[in-house]
Amino acid sequence: MAAAPRIIVIGGGLAGLSAVIKIAEAGGTVDLFSIVPVKRSHSVCAQGGINAAKDLKGEGDTVLKHFDDTVYGGDFLANQTPVKNMTAQGPAIIDLLDRMGVPFNRTPEGLLDFRRFGGTLYQRTAFAGATTGQQLLYALDEQVRRFESEGKVKKYEGWEFLSAVLDNNGVCRGICAMDLRSMETRTFAADAIIVCTGGNGAIFGKSTNSVVCTGSAQSALYQQGAFYANGEFIQVHPTAIPGEDKLRLMSESARGEGGRVWVPRDKNDKRAAQSIPEPDRWYFLEERYPKYGNLVPRDIATREIFKVVYEDGMGIDGQPMVYLDVSHLAPEKQHKLEGILEIYEKFVGDDPRKVPMKIFPGVHYTMGGLWVDFNQQTNIPGVFAAGEADYSIHGANRLGANSLLSCIYGGFVAGPQAMAYTKNLPAQVGDGGHAAELKRQNEKNSALLNNKGTENPFKIWRELGENMTKHATIVRYNAGLDEADAKIVELLDRYKNVNLSDKSQWANTSFAFTRQLYNMLELARVIVKGARLRDESRGAHYKPEFAERNDERFLKTTKAAFVDGAPSISYEEVDTQYITPRPRVYTSS
Amino acid sequence: MTERTIKVEVKRQSGPDAKAFTETFEIPYRPNMNITSLLGEIALNPRAINGAESTPITYDSNCLEEICGSCAMLINGKAMMACSALVDKLLGAVEHGQKPDLSKTITLAPLSKFPVVRDLAVDRSVLFENLKAVKAWVPIDGTYDLGAAPRQHPQIQEERYPLSNCISCTICMEVCPQFNDVTGFVGAATIAQTKLFNMDPAGSVLKEERLRALAGDGGIQECGFAQNCVQACPKQLPLTEAISDIGRDVFIQQVKDFFTH
Repeated sequence: MAAAPRIIVIGGGLAGLSAVIKIAEAGGTVDLFSIVPVKRSHSVCAQGGINAAKDLKGEGDTVLKHFDDTVYGGDFLANQTPVKNMTAQGPAIIDLLDRMGVPFNRTPEGLLDFRRFGGTLYQRTAFAGATTGQQLLYALDEQVRRFESEGKVKKYEGWEFLSAVLDNNGVCRGICAMDLRSMETRTFAADAIIVCTGGNGAIFGKSTNSVVCTGSAQSALYQQGAFYANGEFIQVHPTAIPGEDKLRLMSESARGEGGRVWVPRDKNDKRAAQSIPEPDRWYFLEERYPKYGNLVPRDIATREIFKVVYEDGMGIDGQPMVYLDVSHLAPEKQHKLEGILEIYEKFVGDDPRKVPMKIFPGVHYTMGGLWVDFNQQTNIPGVFAAGEADYSIHGANRLGANSLLSCIYGGFVAGPQAMAYTKNLPAQVGDGGHAAELKRQNEKNSALLNNKGTENPFKIWRELGENMTKHATIVRYNAGLDEADAKIVELLDRYKNVNLSDKSQWANTSFAFTRQLYNMLELARVIVKGARLRDESRGAHYKPEFAERNDERFLKTTKAAFVDGAPSISYEEVDTQYITPRPRVYTSS
Repeated sequence: MTERTIKVEVKRQSGPDAKAFTETFEIPYRPNMNITSLLGEIALNPRAINGAESTPITYDSNCLEEICGSCAMLINGKAMMACSALVDKLLGAVEHGQKPDLSKTITLAPLSKFPVVRDLAVDRSVLFENLKAVKAWVPIDGTYDLGAAPRQHPQIQEERYPLSNCISCTICMEVCPQFNDVTGFVGAATIAQTKLFNMDPAGSVLKEERLRALAGDGGIQECGFAQNCVQACPKQLPLTEAISDIGRDVFIQQVKDFFTH
């Protein structure tokens, strides 16, 4: 192509901004679409840190050990080539972030400080207090603002992606998007698009995710023919504050700095937590996992907490809660956790520096996402994906502090690969499908606005969340999953009868939400179907009826395709060319 | 048992040029609610207190844990983040476990210094434009691997980190008497970011340009030292310290420029 390639990036979190920076640097032109001002993207919520085997603690850490920990932590479901590449690039990515001015914590010598995280025995996690995601997001946001001021990037903040524009050959020629103020829907031309739209926690109602994390964009693309892979792998984080409107994350860094998880040994113990002496406390993770202690991977810690509460009946005061205790830590250690301790203090009212925190697991992250090849391209030509929105890297369970790295790595691959793709792109024939896609989306809009039903979309959402949390999170049973799918089908049917109390055409947030809700329902079916068919236990996916990992049948990537209005599942071999799968055991000392 | 409820008065406006009006809602009370969950309750059942059918309230929100900076609004007249504004506390239960007074009414209104988009949502893009004006970034040469950055004393990190916690909520601008159309004052957040980047060993290469951008009309001289900003900031940024440091630097820069131009 003669002209400079025109690329659209959707989503302004770490993955999206990383892609934008690479494209702008290489001379491409980028249109950046985001529902919220990019500085308010969900990456801002990441707390504990970012992994890279810099080995600045004299432990003999290497990128190969990081590679192995990640593959093992993911229960061998991740394709190994991209994981190997990501871990190899880790140290350079940290150095780059440091050069961008991220206020990483330092050792007295002035070097980057590192802390330990779950699923590893090495201090491999660089951090900026307990607000690392915020600091990283800002650093990339600042670089993009610089490119914006130089005219290399145009931001469309407050625009929501609705769909890809596909030509007669199924090749992507742009996107259809909606201005969330004027509600204007229009198409934008692009030679390639990169989808970096994050997670889908909203499908579970309450989660640690932000409001925008609905998975709506991924679902729309799945409905347009993109494969959605490993959807059933949902990470439930062991330590979140139960809340009225959301579950607020208490970072793994609390345990990385020495925080301990416990319950009273006597379930009838009515004493205040701080007055319960050491021998009367049951540190169940340390007892069961002497080697990793409180820093076992998240899927394991979550299941243990779940068992302590629901099988042993040992939750605090009979409630679904256990203690996460940092009150014994030295003030310097507590200082490094300031960001999250403030969150606890603000939202719960107790001072976690003095009183153990009460926590419970909460839906946190999707390992699954849009299927991509090793160049981050989906099966739709010209549609790339990166970050939490794609399925690569984390397999069946993500290790803490690998998400920020995978977002930046994914964006750094997707940007240049999208540029390379456009070089051989045949010229568009006719309008490339723009008029047809715009018409399709406008019809959806007017159908919704003119619907005379009785169903409140927020009520349907609440029921979806309760249904998914009950049947498709920590422990899964086939009967429950069948029930869950039947419920979603019922909700999809009731959705046809949805009624918008607000039919105005200006900043109509419930209209935008109701469009997202439909996509959430379709994607929920993918999660449930994938879980239903996977009769084994692997990483975050746990079925008591099939408690063992079954490599023979299920060492495979789940691929969901949207066929005749429902998910159709097929399986694909996993790339295990570097590390032979072995049993995943964290108990041995 | 009758359901316990609370009253919420919301200042609404259907668009930038529409007339504002107040609508009152009665909402089922549960302990430990925050303002965003209260707004969620209205969306579940959008009906005003007189029984009239209404619509969900438009407002900005995202993370709901006071880190994305979206949901700033006036709550009982005070600029606060809606997610961390706890209903029990607003109803007088100051101490943990104290009973809230359910007869009190909570009022919600949009920030007053920014153009209203709709209801409680306002346009705060002026802050992002200000950040461009002071070049709030480190001008790296490129993203390729250049090895480790220079070592940096932990003291620099200790001083920069609190400034880097700014969530761009604009509450410091809302409460500032000098932040208005007459002065064109950039506000405390932008000045704090200037200090953040001037303190970075590599970022300081643009120090002089940043200081010149803050000299003159709308710049740092507009600050009247009311100190509202530092009191209202939800993230406790050392804003007045940043203003006085940058104020000194701007003055020195102006003197230097006077003798060299």
